[in-house]
Amino acid sequence: MSGLQANMELLRKLLVGFVRDEVRKVGLSRIVLGLSGGIDSALVAFIAAEALGPENVHAICMPYKTSNPESEAHARLVASASGINFSVVPITAMVDAYFEMFPDANNMRRGNKMARERMTILFDHSALLSALVLGTSNKTELLLGYGTLYGDMASALNPIGDIYKSHVWQLSAEMGVPHEVIEKQPSADLWAGQTDEEELGFTYRQVDELLYRMVDQRWTRQELVAGGFDAEFVDSISAKIQNSHFKRRLPVIAKVSNRTIDRDFRYARDWGK
Amino acid sequence: MDFTAVLAQIKPKLGCVADNLKLIEEQIIKARESGADLIVFPELALSGYFLKDLVPDVALRIDSCEITRLIELSHGISIAIGFVEETDDYHFFNSALYLEDGAIRHLHRKVYLPTYGLFDEQRYLAHGTTFRAFDTKFGRFGMLICEDMWHLSASYILAMDGAATLICLSSSPARGIEGDTLGSAAAWQKLTSTTALFLNCRVLYSNRVGFEDGVNFWGGSEYVAPSGESIVRAALLDEDFITAQVDEGALRRERIFSPMMRDENLFVTMQDLQRIAQERGR
Repeated sequence: MSGLQANMELLRKLLVGFVRDEVRKVGLSRIVLGLSGGIDSALVAFIAAEALGPENVHAICMPYKTSNPESEAHARLVASASGINFSVVPITAMVDAYFEMFPDANNMRRGNKMARERMTILFDHSALLSALVLGTSNKTELLLGYGTLYGDMASALNPIGDIYKSHVWQLSAEMGVPHEVIEKQPSADLWAGQTDEEELGFTYRQVDELLYRMVDQRWTRQELVAGGFDAEFVDSISAKIQNSHFKRRLPVIAKVSNRTIDRDFRYARDWGK
Repeated sequence: MDFTAVLAQIKPKLGCVADNLKLIEEQIIKARESGADLIVFPELALSGYFLKDLVPDVALRIDSCEITRLIELSHGISIAIGFVEETDDYHFFNSALYLEDGAIRHLHRKVYLPTYGLFDEQRYLAHGTTFRAFDTKFGRFGMLICEDMWHLSASYILAMDGAATLICLSSSPARGIEGDTLGSAAAWQKLTSTTALFLNCRVLYSNRVGFEDGVNFWGGSEYVAPSGESIVRAALLDEDFITAQVDEGALRRERIFSPMMRDENLFVTMQDLQRIAQERGR
């Protein structure tokens, strides 16, 4: 599908320029990000290294005891290939201490807690290093709501939030992300053998084709079905987008005054920058 | 007559009029020292673009000290610049001034305020109501602000009013990564070229760069000759300062080769537009 074949040279320039400009204009020169060993954070690390110099990029790998050891190995590989700073802060002690109080918690609660634990570490390092936290959620995940609110979805700046997983693969190859990371099965790595595509029930390639037409090109349901998409697939993805929309918005504020934040008190975040 | 125009492809700071004025003054002095006759800045160069509720805070009256300063600077070089204008009745316009020899030669208020997609101008700004050509030291000009140029009638009116040079001040956001070049740049390049070609006029297009809340402005400021050919084009995405040698002979020759504007029948156009307006009003 041609729409998902983006101009990599242009995309690279836009995303590198975005990180450079948006970090520097707030008077900072450093960024911090979580490096999971997966492709999304690897790509963001490469973009940041090119934007600010690898010495200004601090990556933190935050494994839990059930994380696949290959993940940390891949995170190290990415850090060494991009030349960025790298440290490991395991989250097992904090997460286990909490769930001792709630031993019956299911995988979803545990996964969300891990994602939020990692978020607190990144924002603590933001203060420690005077560095902005870079987000690593791509457009596919954001639209499907396949992420943890205030966990991996939390960041100061997200360079890849408007590109689909299919673009992430292309740009990663263009920017020199190690092939082991590009070629492996995407996984949230919450339990052994987990893969995103198995959990979601469809492949990223399939859903990106649909999302690109549905969201970017605003095809109607009728047009999508006529274009060869299964009606049930179209409906289930539409429902996912709608039902996860709360994750893409600020908390809802009860309006009582004449100027309510974000409704009729409206300023760009780059106000004065 | 021949003249030299600088297109100042700057990166204004959002809501920081004093900082932007300083940057603009530096650019004016640099252009004047280089021997340029005219400098063209982007839309809202004094304030930045995604202003939202900042509009009243950054707005300037025509008699403000900032505008007075720019008028003074126009003694050495003519200046086209965009800003938020505040009027006596407290309306706020997305405006452009043409300053020359210490005087305001023309004030254009943006007529077409985009309010769709990522744009929200009509929420915050009042719209202008006219397109008028005006005389300068370098011939008769017309000014357009960004979206104005996407309305064929705007350029047409200015050309029929005698403008041989169209200045377009722009803050155009980058979008569209599917093609060989940026989607919005490709669309604008077609537009400036076609407009020049249709109307046998030159286009001086000045677009800003930088990011505001993740939105990039793509630059690519250019001088398009009356043949539709882009003679000089600034960098894509980066700050730039380019000089266009505007050649009167090229305009004369183009109008001899392709005398469409000579043959343009204003009375046919008027008659049919009046008929259409009447029919719509029924």
